[in-house]
Amino acid sequence: MSDGAPVLALEKVSKSFGPVQALQDVDFEVRPGEVVALVGDNGAGKSTLVKAIAGIHAIDSGRIVFEGQPARIATPTDAVHLGIATVYQDLALCDNLDVVENLFLGREERAGGIAAITRQLDETSMERQSHELLNTLAVTIVDVRSEVGTLSGGQRQQVAIARSLLGDPKVVLLDEPTAALGVRQTAQVLNLIRRLKEQGHGVVVISHNLADVFEVADRIFVLRLGRKSGVYDAKETTHEEIVGAITGASDPSTGDLGPPVGAESGEQSTEVRQTGDQR
Amino acid sequence: MTAQPSTVPEVPGPREEDRPSASFFRRFIEGDLGELRVIVVLAVIWAIFQSQEDRFLSATNLTNLMLQITAIGLVSVGVVLVLLLGEIDLSVGAVSGLCAAVMAVLSVRHGWSPYLAIAAAIAVGAAIGTFHGVIFTTFGIPSFVVTLAGLLAWQGAQLEVLGTTGTINLTDPVVTGLTSTFYEGATGWTIAIVGILVYAAVTLLDWRRKARAGLRVPSLGVVGLRLGLAAVAILIAVAVLNDDRGVPLAALIFVGFVVVFQFITTKTTFGRHIYAVGGNAEAARRAGIKVQRIRIVVFAIASSMAAIGGIMAASRLLAVNQSSGAGDFLLLAIAGPVIAGTSLFGGRGSVWTALLGALVIGSISNGMDLLAYESSVKFMVTGAVLLAAVIVDALARRRRQATGRV
Repeated sequence: MSDGAPVLALEKVSKSFGPVQALQDVDFEVRPGEVVALVGDNGAGKSTLVKAIAGIHAIDSGRIVFEGQPARIATPTDAVHLGIATVYQDLALCDNLDVVENLFLGREERAGGIAAITRQLDETSMERQSHELLNTLAVTIVDVRSEVGTLSGGQRQQVAIARSLLGDPKVVLLDEPTAALGVRQTAQVLNLIRRLKEQGHGVVVISHNLADVFEVADRIFVLRLGRKSGVYDAKETTHEEIVGAITGASDPSTGDLGPPVGAESGEQSTEVRQTGDQR
Repeated sequence: MTAQPSTVPEVPGPREEDRPSASFFRRFIEGDLGELRVIVVLAVIWAIFQSQEDRFLSATNLTNLMLQITAIGLVSVGVVLVLLLGEIDLSVGAVSGLCAAVMAVLSVRHGWSPYLAIAAAIAVGAAIGTFHGVIFTTFGIPSFVVTLAGLLAWQGAQLEVLGTTGTINLTDPVVTGLTSTFYEGATGWTIAIVGILVYAAVTLLDWRRKARAGLRVPSLGVVGLRLGLAAVAILIAVAVLNDDRGVPLAALIFVGFVVVFQFITTKTTFGRHIYAVGGNAEAARRAGIKVQRIRIVVFAIASSMAAIGGIMAASRLLAVNQSSGAGDFLLLAIAGPVIAGTSLFGGRGSVWTALLGALVIGSISNGMDLLAYESSVKFMVTGAVLLAAVIVDALARRRRQATGRV
């Protein structure tokens, strides 16, 4: 965990889709070397918040501050140029390409010397760097020339995360990185997240799995109905407190909306239903 | 409450590839060994025809075979690129006919220099392909429909360009020479040996670079064996061709385009991006690849190659007429690469399959002609081979989906 200035801060950010207020006056920040978990019920606005940071949805109002400077994030390219890398739930890997090809997709290196005349790719350099990158992240993939489609779910997730690091980002956004993974593979991915933190990246993790959240996060940011429901220090809070904040049982600011825990199914019709995995 | 741990237990199970019992034969059938499979199929076809008619493997007939497959094979080179994107171009036959007609009209009726006429025809092809690509990407209409419309429209344009006479005979030596020029004796050997040396040098330098960087490389023996087999195949081909009229210029043009596009697709950024778009267009887009531009360029290349194929077909026929590029031309140009292992689902295959597929289809056609079969039988056999090939493709795809991800 680290103190000091946040690398990314959102101030009073709002976003609506037609009549539906997906985010309302949300303040959010992440510091270098810190893992912030973003939790909330379906439709709480987690995905909208991440998409706002990643530049997929431009915000309606509020301010985004990156490394102390006001920043404008209107497109995914804006986010990438600032140094924000996003790993979506669907990973966006090409199954027909191998690990090296996927890692360097869109940022292929060209060979120098005679090979430059024919604009050849520098496969040797890319493969060597792939080995180095995966080694520093302690990711074990036997053959970096095997097709990504043949890898396990955990390995695919690790490849996707490793790829996001090639641009040397300041902030890494991970959307449900452990969903649908087995126990051992989840442990591998959580280890990788710790390593990102050690390397000084600011990490934002969306997760539904509170066990994973408590294992890896420094702070837990709870969204509820598009508003900040609370921010908790992972060492000082409890499972019950977080669940309470997610469901609204312990949140005074939305007390009028908060029916008893577990009786909330009716109110979801008024929310934006976030599918979260479409982009 | 949603915030409960919801870990799905990992299903342990050996992957197909890990099991030594996944027999060589099954992998062979299901397409893991793509190119080897085609070569074996080709050998079987040749053996069958040779056993029925011993003129089949004669130097003269094999030279004829090379000349017969050139036009369709060149069109197939462009088709492969479109298939790699996961798209299809149904207009290549019509475009080849139209562009051949453009060349014939310009050179015969308007007296243009043959080189200019050929260049103009290829430029028309490129423009048509760009048009297809722009329509496809701008409106998001399936390429199937865009190029189906193209098939009809360009066929009409071909009739329009040819005018009332309907047939234009080609007499210009440059145009007819494309398919009637042969390099005898030493020229063929020189080309072969230079080709082999360049290929060996590139392969070995690449191997040394990788080995020095500490990357995994195949053993030098394996590399040597592969080079040796390729060299022997090339030398045998030249020996056979020299035994007849020599190495045909048409074959050199065809093989040249295959080599160039094989290089582009496997060694350059553009080629890598073609595979990426065919594998997962959304992933490619997010990786910052200009997906639409790749698509437009590939459609432009496909139509340009169709134009080149059409010119070669016209040169061999010594004429362009209303049925140039019509009939089974389009279907065979698509069937060839698919038979040889390029997937219709995109992202898998290689430009090589244009050559291998054209050889398979051309051999069936040529052999059945020698044995004096009706074209009815020829079509049915070719259809059966194509069906078998796409079934293999679908099986390989299903198996990847079933076992690819644990």
